[in-house]
Amino acid sequence: MDAEITLTVDGVPRRLTVDTRTTLLDALRERLGNPSPKKGCDHGQCGACTILLDGERALSCLALAVAHDEAQVTTADGLAADGALHPVQQAFIDRDAFQCGYCTPGQICSAVGVLEEVRRGWPSHASPDLTADPQLSSEEVAERMSGNLCRCAAYVNIVAAVQQAGGAGGGSRS
Amino acid sequence: MKPFAYARPGDVTEAVRTVAGEPAAVFLGGGTNLVDHLKLGIARPDVVVDVRTLTSREITDLEDGGLRIGAAVTNSAVAADRRIRERYPVLAEALLAGATGQLRNLATTAGNPLQRTRCVYFQDVTTACNKREPGSGCSAVGGYTRYSAILGIPAALPDPTAPETCIATHPSDMAVALAVVDAQVQVLGPAGARTIPFVDLHRLPGEDPSRDTVLDHGELVTAIDLPPLPAGARSVYRKVRDRASYAFALVSVAAVVVGEGDVRLAFGGVAHKPWRATRAEAILRGGPLTQDAVRAAMAAELAAAQPQPGIDSGNGFKIPLLTRTVVATLRDLTQAAGA
Ligand SMILES: Cc1cc2nc3c(=O)[nH]c(=O)nc-3n(C[C@H](O)[C@H](O)[C@H](O)COP(=O)(O)OP(=O)(O)OC[C@H]3O[C@@H](n4cnc5c(N)ncnc54)[C@H](O)[C@@H]3O)c2cc1C
Ligand code: SF4
Ligand code: FES
Ligand code: FES
Repeated sequence: MDAEITLTVDGVPRRLTVDTRTTLLDALRERLGNPSPKKGCDHGQCGACTILLDGERALSCLALAVAHDEAQVTTADGLAADGALHPVQQAFIDRDAFQCGYCTPGQICSAVGVLEEVRRGWPSHASPDLTADPQLSSEEVAERMSGNLCRCAAYVNIVAAVQQAGGAGGGSRS
Repeated sequence: MKPFAYARPGDVTEAVRTVAGEPAAVFLGGGTNLVDHLKLGIARPDVVVDVRTLTSREITDLEDGGLRIGAAVTNSAVAADRRIRERYPVLAEALLAGATGQLRNLATTAGNPLQRTRCVYFQDVTTACNKREPGSGCSAVGGYTRYSAILGIPAALPDPTAPETCIATHPSDMAVALAVVDAQVQVLGPAGARTIPFVDLHRLPGEDPSRDTVLDHGELVTAIDLPPLPAGARSVYRKVRDRASYAFALVSVAAVVVGEGDVRLAFGGVAHKPWRATRAEAILRGGPLTQDAVRAAMAAELAAAQPQPGIDSGNGFKIPLLTRTVVATLRDLTQAAGA
């Protein structure tokens, strides 16, 4: 069964007709030609499909497109502004935070979300004090990024990249 | 995936009427469990009724000093709420110990406790499973039981061919915390509204393992209320899992302690429902909370436990693991109170 929806993807409004079964991930990749979010597991387990959905990181493989009519979607493809890389993207390059790159767009969207969550003072399982403002320790970053698996195991450098981007004040842009 | 119609009714009353009037209709919250089940062929609805934008996204103060959490408030928003972090740390900690940031941003207050078991056979449509296909048997018995139940299994069971057998556990961390704080579930059904104590929301398999909860078809969870905890109450959630992050509980403990004489305990990972340890609570009432007293209370609570044999030595480890986790949790809570 078909439904007509509008998604604003990386700042551009796009109107499309989707089968009600279509996930946001498939709508982006197969219908709108944006292959930046990746399909790793398609079951919410790997984080490769992470996007920013109305400003917050979310798994596009478990979100039905029809349920997110009129949503604002940002993919890793849309993070660079005016030809300059987003601070998180730059940090991934500076810190050598990837090898094959398959998990990277999801890692980067997740990291942008993490920095915003930390800026808002959201605690995590690794926060020593639930009521204090969280700091970007490596334990905090590792816990907050635990939903993004990396088959190449670039984890150590990913943690360093997220810390660099956080220190450089990259958390507020998304 | 089987085709389905998608509906977003004008309000909750219409949503309830739509689902109640259509046997193969389901509610959709954040979708992180339901969409997975649509893909796996476990859920095969004709109509999906989206209630995420219809139910409340607010946490409001109640007159008795408690809080009302709207059904559509995300798991992230609950865990980040200052009032929850300060007054119900057990709930914030349980949420933060579950899933991941990008799942919690989608997952909702109603959807989380209503998520279904992660039993590997339930999730594999090619195997026998009484929960997925009533009467087909239970493939978990003698199989992969690491995440299976030890409590709430009748003495005559499990029998892999009996239609009553199900040794699955409820996977939600949030639900264990809601059980220990005596939350109340606000429900709207075709016949009107009702309130269900959270501890009575989930059921044991009984005669019908296919039913996880006491909700009737078409009943919508609209909010979950947290009653105020007694003055001086301390609470905590402790989860034991195979990895440091991003794994379901092998066992978990939610505890509320008021002074030395009032201990409330709920366990995850050990039964078909969040397990409120009423027997241990009764034994510990009045204190003092010595290690020996806690061990004795746990021995009584686990007296009827049935460890399940199976692949990788089964799940008998849960009895000592849970006992030690309770001892450590209560020790930390009372020491912190004394410090
Ligand atoms: C990889 C992975 C790891 C995870 N790890 C954990 C973990 O460690 N701990 C944990 O607790 N959880 C974990 N989860 C599960 C996750 O927490 C749940 O999927 C989520 O909380 C479900 O909420 P939802 O809003 O997305 O529910 P949905 O998927 O939308 O719905 C779930 C069920 O609730 C019903 N429903 C939804 N809203 C209502 C309503 N208002 N009234 C009545 N019925 C309703 C739906 O019909 C459906 O049956 C994990 C999930 C994944 C994919
Ligand atoms: S334990 Fe329950 S869910 Fe798992 S196979 Fe048996 S009946 Fe199905
Ligand atoms: S593809 Fe979405 S989490 Fe793996
Ligand atoms: S860089 Fe290869 S999977 Fe992460």
